Amino acid sequence: MVKSFRPHSLTEALSLRKENDCIPFAGGTDLMVKYKSWTGIPPAFPRDVLFLSHLEELRHIEKRREALVIGSGVSLSQVAKYPDTPEILREAVLSIAAPAIRNIATLAGNVCNASPAGDSICALYSLDARVEVRSLEAVREIPIMSFITGPGQTILKRDEIVSTIIVPLRKSNINVFKKVGTRKANALAKLSFAAMGEVKGGIVDGVAISFGAVGPTVVRSTELEKKIVGKPVAELEAQIPLLIDDYGAMIVPIDDQRSTAAYRKQVALNLLENFLRNKLDDFATHHE
Amino acid sequence: MKKLDFILNGEQVTLAADPLKRLLDVLREDFNLTGIKEGCGEGECGACLVLLDGNLVNSCLIPVGVVEGHDVVTPEGLVETERGKCIVEAFADAGAVQCGFCTPGMVMAAASLLETSCNPTQEEIRKAISGNLCRCTGYDLIVEGIKEAMKRGKEVW
Repeated sequence: MVKSFRPHSLTEALSLRKENDCIPFAGGTDLMVKYKSWTGIPPAFPRDVLFLSHLEELRHIEKRREALVIGSGVSLSQVAKYPDTPEILREAVLSIAAPAIRNIATLAGNVCNASPAGDSICALYSLDARVEVRSLEAVREIPIMSFITGPGQTILKRDEIVSTIIVPLRKSNINVFKKVGTRKANALAKLSFAAMGEVKGGIVDGVAISFGAVGPTVVRSTELEKKIVGKPVAELEAQIPLLIDDYGAMIVPIDDQRSTAAYRKQVALNLLENFLRNKLDDFATHHE
Repeated sequence: MKKLDFILNGEQVTLAADPLKRLLDVLREDFNLTGIKEGCGEGECGACLVLLDGNLVNSCLIPVGVVEGHDVVTPEGLVETERGKCIVEAFADAGAVQCGFCTPGMVMAAASLLETSCNPTQEEIRKAISGNLCRCTGYDLIVEGIKEAMKRGKEVW
């Protein structure tokens, strides 16, 4: 029978993690479903379980210099409620599940679950979030795009625990988050889209565009974004067909029980086109 | 097996259990509190909602080890309070109950909503019960029930 550990401090948690092959368990809302057993029988965890979300050291959420620092025990509800949470992240978090799940599920858990359809992950890619991981010996800070390597795959080592998610607070005057799903609450995304843009004096000053559930990880291309930045919004129109082709080559969804590859790709590119054609232009025309 | 202490409906309780057993199973089997139901066992339906330190949570997604030292309120505990009675009566009068399977979860979600916002909008009510499935009512009568509780319960919230 597997055991469970409820450490009293982060240091104790890190020792337990190092000495035992155990599963880090924060909110546990994905793990409890993944290993669900029969009624009355504990879930069939394949390894020992390490409870983490009660640890005070992981329950902080605060603005530190120009970043939001979110402990790995912080629930999605707390992230959504926090006044300095970037709007795009708040929307992404509120699109996850329903209030009762958001009261237990954590942002770090959504990241570690590393689903290509993880709604917060799509926003965190656009926000250039970083993942801070700790072991007894070291602390590393990893860009989220490098932390996640495939469906359910991260570079978290066997003796490490995610301690915080760091979200840079950049100025961004256009923020679009869109989740396409079958039911507003509790549905996993067919696809998701998180785009941010900064327009100054009619010129695109910055842009970050990410797509969820259209490949093995969330898709974002800083290379293609370079083709958009620095351009006058008025001249972007002519580039749109080329950009859609370029993005189209990167968007390689699959058919599964939730949607089809063709639908996902078409909707993803429509959302991209709407962002490039309308959202940037609307802002340049009406707010500048 | 481990000895676990927590507060259940206002009373300190002690239980020897596997900390990985679901809170849902512990409440129904060990404490015979069968108000909460197992609908889906995956957090989709909201039939097993309880309050953990005042926050609405799915008891099917929580191992009992996590609630050690915390405060759990089930529908049985809620209906003993003025707020609980108010919601139950409002639901009954509004016709918000048909087969009744989802009702305990709906009542818990309504209590959690009215706790934080005593004058919610229609949209806020619908969001508050967005994690609860009902296959009978079409939801309108449940929304009416919550509005009715909101009107009657001015003094209790």
